Amino acid sequence: MSIDTSKVAASNRTAAVASKPSKVGAAAGWADERLGLAAMGKKNLRKVFPDHWSFMLGEIALWSFVVLLLSGVFLTLWFRPSMAEVTYQGSYNQLRGISMSEAYASALNISFDVRGGLLMRQMHHWAAMLFIAAMMIHLLRVFFTGAHRKPRELNWVIGSLLLLLGTLEGFTGYSLPDDLLSGTGIRAADGFIKSIPIVGTYISFFLFGGEFPGDAIIPRLYTIHVLLIPGLLLALIAAHMLLLVYHKHTQWPGPGRTENNVVGFPMLPVYAAKAGGFFFIVFGVTALMGGLMSLNPVWKFGPYDPTKVTAGSQPDWYMGWPDGALRIMPGIESHFWGSTWSWNIFLPIIVLPGLLFTVLLLLPFIEGWITGDKREHHLLQRPRNAPTRTATMVALMTIYACFWAAGGNDLIAIKLHASINQITYFLRAAVFILPIITFLVTRRICISLQRHDNEMLLHGYESGVIMRTPEGSYYEKHLPISEARAYTLTVRDRSAEQLTPATQDDTNGVPAPKGRLSGFRDKIRTLYYADDVDKPTTAELEEAHHHADHEAHELEALDGHSAEGHHFDGRHPVSEEPIRPEHH
Amino acid sequence: MSAPTSHEPGHEPGHEPINATTDALLPDPGLPGHVWRPTDVDERAEKRAERQVATLFGLSAICTVLFVVSYITIKGGVDGHTFIGLGASNVALGVSLGLALLFIGIGVIQWARKLMGDHEISEERHPASSSEADRSQTLAALNAGLEESGIGRRPLVRNTLLGSVALLIAPAVVMLRDLGPLPHQVVGEYPGAGLEHTIWNKGMRVVRDVVGTPIKASDIQIGDLFNAEPEALFPTEENGYPELEGAHRQIAKSKAAIVMLRMDPADIVSDVTRNWSVNGIVAYSKICTHVGCPISLNERTTHHLLCPCHQSTFDLADSGKVVFGPAGRHLPQLPLGVDDEGYLIALSDFLEPVGPSYWERNTKSPEEVAKELKS
Repeated sequence: MSIDTSKVAASNRTAAVASKPSKVGAAAGWADERLGLAAMGKKNLRKVFPDHWSFMLGEIALWSFVVLLLSGVFLTLWFRPSMAEVTYQGSYNQLRGISMSEAYASALNISFDVRGGLLMRQMHHWAAMLFIAAMMIHLLRVFFTGAHRKPRELNWVIGSLLLLLGTLEGFTGYSLPDDLLSGTGIRAADGFIKSIPIVGTYISFFLFGGEFPGDAIIPRLYTIHVLLIPGLLLALIAAHMLLLVYHKHTQWPGPGRTENNVVGFPMLPVYAAKAGGFFFIVFGVTALMGGLMSLNPVWKFGPYDPTKVTAGSQPDWYMGWPDGALRIMPGIESHFWGSTWSWNIFLPIIVLPGLLFTVLLLLPFIEGWITGDKREHHLLQRPRNAPTRTATMVALMTIYACFWAAGGNDLIAIKLHASINQITYFLRAAVFILPIITFLVTRRICISLQRHDNEMLLHGYESGVIMRTPEGSYYEKHLPISEARAYTLTVRDRSAEQLTPATQDDTNGVPAPKGRLSGFRDKIRTLYYADDVDKPTTAELEEAHHHADHEAHELEALDGHSAEGHHFDGRHPVSEEPIRPEHH
Repeated sequence: MSAPTSHEPGHEPGHEPINATTDALLPDPGLPGHVWRPTDVDERAEKRAERQVATLFGLSAICTVLFVVSYITIKGGVDGHTFIGLGASNVALGVSLGLALLFIGIGVIQWARKLMGDHEISEERHPASSSEADRSQTLAALNAGLEESGIGRRPLVRNTLLGSVALLIAPAVVMLRDLGPLPHQVVGEYPGAGLEHTIWNKGMRVVRDVVGTPIKASDIQIGDLFNAEPEALFPTEENGYPELEGAHRQIAKSKAAIVMLRMDPADIVSDVTRNWSVNGIVAYSKICTHVGCPISLNERTTHHLLCPCHQSTFDLADSGKVVFGPAGRHLPQLPLGVDDEGYLIALSDFLEPVGPSYWERNTKSPEEVAKELKS
């Protein structure tokens, strides 16, 4: 089949060709004479980005942040971060004449009396959820594919900080309307702070400007929400993107895609168009969500009243897991020398998130220390090819899921008609036991998949064609996988090689220095790579090919004969063949 | 830095080489050849794609016009129209804006996929580190700079500078001091101020929340559970309590709220609870001792009270002890009595701090608290 490429469209005709002076050129010249951008543009305008659906996840986070900035600015035009008591006189009947804080009254005003205000409020809240969810899934993608390895460890750290700041930004944001639900959240936050040993009470008094609730917390959270954290987020996002550009994006291995190159479409025009178009898609989806999906209807909750609460009070979903840890923690409190240690609050809500976040931050460094791998990595790994890493993240996800489920233990109890006590007792154990189980199971699944890859490489894929031997026994015919696929499968390290001591003596026979922990590290490394199934050796591959040739040779006897199914083996042209030849 | 043991071609010494991929088990077949798209080779397909993209942009413009029209014509707010249970204005604005944006996004991506060049190109990677020459030059510049500054040779200057700059943290910390008063400083500043006090005091009537009417002990049936507040939160000329406003009122409410239950006096387990009750009517702080949510859910048959936030459960028949959940401390009980007119009153303020625990809190058992009350 041939294609007439003489009529190829204009778009595909050119590489970079110096063109005659144009308007674009004139504008660029004007800018370059003042800014000297040509040197940078030369390198970056046609910068290559590889293509894969999973590289889009971080982009969702980026664009939802832009939506947050735009909708947030709109909201600030009407929102009044003040706890001064006012009597509501707006258009929402059910609350008219009721005293409330100015903050809540202005949130009602935005929802009911500013046209498009409710849309912007809901878009802002939906975009916040999207922002954090996208960051989390992006983080999982990066870790599962090994994109956090050298030289990208620092970008992992920046990304983790973004997740932390995004979560805090979300909390300070949904606390602002000063409705009953958000006020209950702040009430609980005051309890968290007071549990901190020695300084807790002081921090609480400083934060609230005296006793809870006071009249300072909303304006203070507002400054944090619209100035402090967004500033940090912007700076870190800029750093995240700069490092991405500097390191160049990782890519999946494949024919022609190596550690030393990056293959894909150029920034201008294809990626600029795709990414720019994707911004509009994220923005549009957020607008549809804001228009069609009701979220945080603050007018239904009423103004904050410290004596009231709604059943089923829940924070936003991303705060659910520490709340769950708080729920399943046994009520331990100790007293020494007149001081109170609230372990039941301090451990799950202050120590645990800090601890898990530190673990998250350190993951690339821990892995680098265990593997001793000092090389740069730009090719992604399939999760199966790093079974211990994959299993570690799945175990962490299990812990997260258990805590998150605990955060909804009352809802689970209501929906499933189960006892809340039993659910809580179960989760107390599950949060320790389930991660171990999922770790082991995931590791085994990965190893099985590695074995499966080797099977495909050596013996081909299962064709679904059943063969009968002259002796009458049956077997399924395997056919070789494509050259490209076989190559892609073999682009990976051998774990066995990683296990040879990294600290080899140098050429002069001087023993390399060994740290005190090196013995311990060698043991951990052995466990890290334990049971990994390495790709076949050259000898094994040749042996398998030899075997396949032999089999093919046997089948040659069938050529030209009618033998049901046998000719669908990839070696015979089958376009004219009926699947079932007519019987004579 | 140790010298590398081997010089690989293409890598400058001192660099960790970019991970040269594995042992070449199979030869790299190289990039697959470019496949022409229908829009590349068929002029009709190209024109069609062009029309598709332009149509999408056109649809976007129509949606934007619809947005402006619905902004002007559809009444928003609660007394506006509704559509599928939602505000019609919100739905119209959201859908028209969403579609206007989506059509542009889809159009641009369609343009990129069908009409822009689709030749994949390859770009060389370089190690993240700088070249050895750059490194040594930077190091030399750094050393020259440090040397010329004399920071190494003049420890006195260096150390006094470091010390004085470090001391500048002090103003930053000190200036935050006025963020709020210290816990003991608020005591006496306003009614019920301080973590160890509430607005309750001896003889203050217990009133219904929201309406503020006093409660006759005889009006309460066994099994009745209701919220109550101190009379001071409902000041009138008659009762003579001072007007409370804004933050002070919220603070008072956040500590003084109580929950009351009348149970069969025979069901009461602890002596303290019995002594502080009136005909089986008990009053407890409504503020959870866990993190401070108002407690609200009652299990009628067991006299258990459940906090909706984190499910701490307290036994109202037995000094408010924790029977389940993460709370570490019993619920403080308010000693109840009856005044001359038969209305329920508090015999004193709470005898221990209400609400969540804090460092300075001196926790006593209900028995110890009762002993103190007697003395």
